[in-house]
Order: sequence, then C-alpha cells, then structure tokens
Amino acid sequence: MLPLFILAPLAALLLLNLPIHRLTQKPAWWAALLLSVAQAVAAVAVPVSFWGRPSGLERFVTLGLVTDNLSRVLLLSIGLVTAVALLVGRETIILPRHRSGFVNLVLLSLIGMNGTVLLDDLFSMYVFIEITSVSSFVLVAMNRDPDALEGAFKYVILSAVATILMIGAVALLLLVSGSTDFATVSAVLRKSTQGPLPKIAMGAFVCGLFIKGGLVPFHGWLPAAYSAAPPAVSVLLAGVATKASGIYALIRLTTSVFAPDPSLNNVLLLVGAVSVIIGAVAALTQTDMKRMLAYSSISQVGYIAMGLGCGSELGIAGAVFHLFNHAIFKSLLFVNSAAVERRLGTTDMNRMGGLGSRMPLTSVTSVIATLSTAGIPPLSGFWSKLIIVLALWRGGHFAYAGIAVLLSVVTLAYLLGMQRKVFFGKTPPEWQGIQEAETGLTLSALVLAIITVAVGVLLPLVLNTFLLPIRGIL
Amino acid sequence: MTNLDIVLLICLVAAAVATVMTARLLRSAIALALTSAVLTVLMFRMDAPLAGVFELSVCAGLIPAILISTIGLTQRLTFETLEVRRKELLRRFWYLPLIVVLVGIAMTHVRIPLDFPPPPPPAAISVREVLWNLRHVDLLGQIVILLAGAFGVAVLVKEVKDGS
Repeated sequence: MLPLFILAPLAALLLLNLPIHRLTQKPAWWAALLLSVAQAVAAVAVPVSFWGRPSGLERFVTLGLVTDNLSRVLLLSIGLVTAVALLVGRETIILPRHRSGFVNLVLLSLIGMNGTVLLDDLFSMYVFIEITSVSSFVLVAMNRDPDALEGAFKYVILSAVATILMIGAVALLLLVSGSTDFATVSAVLRKSTQGPLPKIAMGAFVCGLFIKGGLVPFHGWLPAAYSAAPPAVSVLLAGVATKASGIYALIRLTTSVFAPDPSLNNVLLLVGAVSVIIGAVAALTQTDMKRMLAYSSISQVGYIAMGLGCGSELGIAGAVFHLFNHAIFKSLLFVNSAAVERRLGTTDMNRMGGLGSRMPLTSVTSVIATLSTAGIPPLSGFWSKLIIVLALWRGGHFAYAGIAVLLSVVTLAYLLGMQRKVFFGKTPPEWQGIQEAETGLTLSALVLAIITVAVGVLLPLVLNTFLLPIRGIL
Repeated sequence: MTNLDIVLLICLVAAAVATVMTARLLRSAIALALTSAVLTVLMFRMDAPLAGVFELSVCAGLIPAILISTIGLTQRLTFETLEVRRKELLRRFWYLPLIVVLVGIAMTHVRIPLDFPPPPPPAAISVREVLWNLRHVDLLGQIVILLAGAFGVAVLVKEVKDGS
C-alpha cells in the first residue's frame, strides 16, 4: 500500500496535465485536496502494520518504502498542512492559470515530502529532498516580484550548498560502507574501527540538513523566502516542506542511521539553543507579520533540535511531538497572516490595529496559535515544550532547560506584541470597512485551531497513539 | 597520481574559476561545459566509465546546450555594460584564484584518512540492472525532478508573457 503515497499524487499530476484542459482544470484543485485529506485520514485511521501488507501493487512496482510511527506523524502533518495550503491558495491565488501551476507544484512537493518520509536509503532520501526543494523554489518565486525572486534566489543558493554537503556525505558513506541503505550504513558506522571519515560525512550531512531546516547559523534564506512567498506557499513551507526535508531527515538519521554520538548531541543542543535565542530575539524586532513568523519558526525549530540533542527517548518523543505541533500552530499563524494580507493588502503591522472586532474568527484562532506557540497550558505546544524541558532536565542539561523556559516567555512577548498591533487597539480609518476573510481561510484556521486545542486537551490519547510508539525507532 | 592527472586537475579548477569570473554568460556556459568535459576524462581515468558517460552526456552536453539556447534568447550586452560587469566580477571575486591555489597547497599537506577496511568490491552488474532494478526509485525521483523543473519553467515563463 505504501507506494500509493508517491504514485497517487504522481498519477494525479500526469492525469491533470493531459492536453484536455477544459476537463482537467476545474477538478485539479479538488483532486489535490482529496489526496491530501485522504493521506491525513489514512495516517490517523490506518495502523502502521497495515501499510506493510501486500496490496497487489507490488507485482507492478516495488519502491522499497518503509514506515513506522515517526513516518506516520509526518504523513499526517504533510496531509493536513498541504490541504490547508490548497484551501488558502484557492482564496489567495486569483488567476485560474496561476492556480493550476500552484496545484501542480504542490502535488510535486507532496511526492517529494512523502518520499523523504518513507524511504530508507540515504541517496534516495536526498533525491526526494531535492524534489521538495525544486518545487519550493518555484513556489516562492511564483509571483515574480523582486522580493519573491530575491527570496527564491537566496533559497536556491543556500540549498545548493546543502546539496553539495549532503551528496559529498553520501559519497563518503558509500566509500566506507559500500551501500547507502540505512541498515548497512548504520551497521558500519556503529563499528569503532572506521577512523574519522564517517564523522566527517556525518557532520557534512547534518550541516546540509541544518541549512534545509533553517537552523542558525544556516538560516539566512528562511526569513526572505517565507516572507516573500505567496501566502499559501508560506503555509506549506513553514508547516511541512522545510520540516520534512530538513528536520524530519535530521531526526531519522540521528536516531536510525548515525551511531549514538555525544559530540553530535552537543552540537544539536548548541545549535538548537542558539536558534531558539536568535530566532526569538530577531522576531521581537520585526514589524512585518510574515517575517516575524519566519523568525519565530527558526526559534521553534531550535526547540526540536534541543529535544533531539538530549539523545533520550523522552527528548526524541518531545522533538517529534513539537514538530507536529509546530506544523499545526505555525500553519495557523500563517493562515491568519494570509487572511489579514488578503483583506488589507499588507503585512506591515505598524499600519494595522483593531482588526479583532472586524475579523473575529481570524483573531480568536490567532490567539489560540499564539498561546500554543508560547507553551501556555493546556494547548498542544505546552505539552511538547514540557516534554523537551523535562528531557533536558533529566539529561542534566540544566542551562539548556533554563534557556528553553526563558525563551518561551520571549516567544509570548513577541507574539502578544503582534496580537496588540494587529487585532487590538483602534482601527485606522483606512481599514474601517474591513470584514472577515473568505470561507477557505476561516475554515482552515478553524480546523487548525481545533486540532491545537484537541491535541492539548486529549493528550493521553495522543500520548498512547502517537508518542509512546515513537520510542520504537530507537 | 600521474602528471597527466595533475594537469587535468589544474585544467578542471581553471575552467571552474573561469565559469564564475567570465563576464559574458555565453563564455561562462562554455567554460562550464569545459569543466564537465575535463571531469569526464578524470572519471574515465579513475575507472568510473558509467559516471563519465553521464557526466559527458548530461553535464557537458545537455545542460550547456539548454543554457546556451536560453542565453541565445537574451539581448547581447553593450560594450560599456560588459566592461562594468567585468570590473564588478573582478572586484567581487579577485581572491577566488588565490583561495584555490592556497587550498591546493594546503591539501597536499593533509593526509586524507582512508585507513578503514575497504567495502567488498561490487559485483559486476549491468547498467540496466542498476537503473531498472536496483535504483529505480532514484530514477523515478529524477524524472519527478525534471517534471518539477518543467512545471517551474511553465509557471515562471507564463508570468513573463503576461508581464510583457
């Protein structure tokens, strides 16, 4: 059944681009939405053991895909956020031709992300990370205004550096182990007689993934790309695209491929802490809503790296849980930003004010996302941050635990500042006639807000269904 | 490493530096093709004929052909603009050849740690077996990357038409 995650979007892409535009143009968006929703439902409803069963498809094609509970969490996030990005795209991308290009590229991105999550081979994973990246470059540049082109250009250049590092690392690991599949490479790396070459390869691959994930000091491309991209693309990038190609790959490789290494854990802790601090401090100084959310994203990814750096089951479970939560609440904040941008035509927070009474649903969902991002109980973000802080404390990393707690306060400060500037206070005369955003945007915001609250309130269920089985990856 | 390999490596680096520092895009594309051609020879000399064939056909052939066709659609720079661009490139990248030389000298003093037990030699497998049976997922991935590139060009070029 697993090949369906790659072959179904590919088949949809090919069918929707047959030279019968009159027939394919209208159902294209619906088909992509259906596929992403089906993926999210399948990830929740179908147990992992079922996906490995033969379906008859194997007679025609075997892609060597594997899945576990970590992949399942990612497949769910990818399905949900892609569906939301499509809903946002329907409202914010006006011309049908642009919408068609957007749907095609989202389907390609879906193939790339699913492949990255399901493959257990270093080179194949690299190929599918590149599919996600190439689709993302074009999606960022889609509007062709100077800012979008600059954002896409920075993304391309830094991604090229990441590519060189990753492909170099794959070559070195192939040289050392004679194979690129996870099991063989892992077995060879766990032997102690390999000299420094595997460590060099490991370091290069991890640096490449830091660039893809936007961790400090490799984050230069991220604020420009997120803020200049069309609203729907910002949702996709911030929610899952960079997380699947950078952060998921980092989690997968550090847990399943690279040998347990205290120095790698220390690097992850340090890079994570620096990302948390720099991202939050930079977010404090921003006046553009999307740029502030981009820096916030860097900060939240830092938490994930810190959880991963603990090296313990608890830390990794916290990292994966925060990865999922971040996909939901950061997508929600970007949907809110899209709603505001759609109505006002700007994301400059200094020009806004008092929108809460005019856009009540956007305002309420934005408050939920803000509180969850800052780690306020009982919302989902609180639990994942708590697990990460507990893991840091138990691991003896008291300073890092302190940074994690303190910077949550800073997160609350800059996000409350955003709330005050955008939704509270007096409405400037130019925005007096503003009304709530379109259905697609409010529906997306509502669904994501419900998930944020539900995951927090129903933690025991989430814990047993998703979090505890993640321990199995170690 | 023979003297010929050293000469080839110097040519490779010189062609790569020229690709970055040449003011005219067309010459830059030709220098890139030359870089790939020299790399192809090195790959053949290092007993990697399959990699060499791909490097020659795709990197030295197809990609420069696409680049040159695209450059052919653009307007030629005036002499004055070209001079400005040449000076700008020199100002920005004057240190590049220097770094290449310094890194080259430094690398001759670095011992690359290759003291690990070599992996078992790969069985003699045909290209067909590699592409269609062993690495068919990567082949599928590369086809999807090409599709992404094609859709990307379609999206961006359509915008240009609208703009004009």
